Amino acid sequence: QVRSMATLKDITLRLKSIKNIQKITKSMKMVAAAKYARAERQLKPARVYGTGALALYEKAEIKAPEDKSAKHLLIGVTSDRGLCGAIHTGVAKLIKSEIAALTSAGNEVMVVNVGDKLRNLLHRSHGQHIILNCKEVGRKPPSFNDASIVASELLNSGHEFDQGTVFFNRFKSVISYKTDRKPLFSTDTITNSESMGIYDDIDADVLRNYQEFALVNIIFLAMKESTTSEQSARMTAMDNASKNASDIIEKLTLKFNRTRQAVITKELIEIISGAAAL
Amino acid sequence: MMAARFLRRALPVLRQARSYAEAVSGSPQMSFTFASPTQVFFKEASVKQVDVPTLTGAFGILPAHVPTLQVLRPGVVTVFGDDGSSAKYFVSSGSITVNADSSVQLLCEEAVALDQLDIAAAKANLEKAQSDLAATPVVISCVSLMEMNGQSVFPAPSRQCPEDSMLALYSG
Repeated sequence: QVRSMATLKDITLRLKSIKNIQKITKSMKMVAAAKYARAERQLKPARVYGTGALALYEKAEIKAPEDKSAKHLLIGVTSDRGLCGAIHTGVAKLIKSEIAALTSAGNEVMVVNVGDKLRNLLHRSHGQHIILNCKEVGRKPPSFNDASIVASELLNSGHEFDQGTVFFNRFKSVISYKTDRKPLFSTDTITNSESMGIYDDIDADVLRNYQEFALVNIIFLAMKESTTSEQSARMTAMDNASKNASDIIEKLTLKFNRTRQAVITKELIEIISGAAAL
Repeated sequence: MMAARFLRRALPVLRQARSYAEAVSGSPQMSFTFASPTQVFFKEASVKQVDVPTLTGAFGILPAHVPTLQVLRPGVVTVFGDDGSSAKYFVSSGSITVNADSSVQLLCEEAVALDQLDIAAAKANLEKAQSDLAATPVVISCVSLMEMNGQSVFPAPSRQCPEDSMLALYSG
């Protein structure tokens, strides 16, 4: 393919467009930084709250029964918006591998998507497992109300499950996050677990209420951690994009100047050789 | 005589070491975590006693309480600290877990310190809610509980908005 040498006009156009992109990515980084600061502040109490909610499962060492084939519920928490690095793909990858492992062991798998990006990633290949999709996630910081809406929709959907897992991105630091999972247990698993015998004075109603509340708490923790990781990842991604854009701008500017000098030299030569011909 | 002296000298050998029964083993301290989704009040703190209102009645929880799970009812939670001070909070709903190692997790959906509540505003809101739609039991029990706790003792500090104070400084 024959490519003519880039004219000054082409380079000028490219330079202008990349400069605009750099402005946009810089401002997106600022916005993400502000949202990240707020999300991290809200994460601190949410973490204490979430670990408190999970404390029962850890202290009573409740484990799901391994043997019989059970109904599994997988909840993936991401968001609607992209440009945040590998946030959504990380969760989707974990969910896909988990679905493969569980279905090969003969279990029934149900998937709940919190966030449109996850739905896009999963619905072509694993659409038959999806029971619930949640949209409009990621625009505003998640509240306890949002988590309770998700949980109540799930509970009202009529899909029973024996055990479950929540997949989300756990926030580690500004530059790192880790895709993590937390277990969910059904009321039956809890009642049949041995170490629950030491807990006094529990009747079925109280346990069911407790379980529903715990479900909301775990989803709330996952959403809070997920937003913080997402904003920090977006900050990093936009920062890298701005750096890359400024690299390209430098190279293009040099090319522009060299091309400009080449054009002037060419004209000079033409004029000189034309004058010489006379 | 000799026999008695002999006996007396023999006694120290026969004396057994007597002591009280061993205290309940396990941490005597309660690791108390009290949090709402937006605020942490106590994090693994050591407190003396916690009174909570649950669906099955009001509980007083001391260290080494028998493990249990309970669901909260709207009401007042009282926390008695190690130094004897007590703090009261109004909670809307939630759950409480007492584990075998004496750790207590009190998680509530909304909690507010009692001195942040203004009974006049709460009464006004109650009337408004009652006139708008059928009053929910939550609002009624909140006001009645506050009255029960002698709310007049806690005047709510009204917060001036910063513009007012700036205006006051500017004009006077």
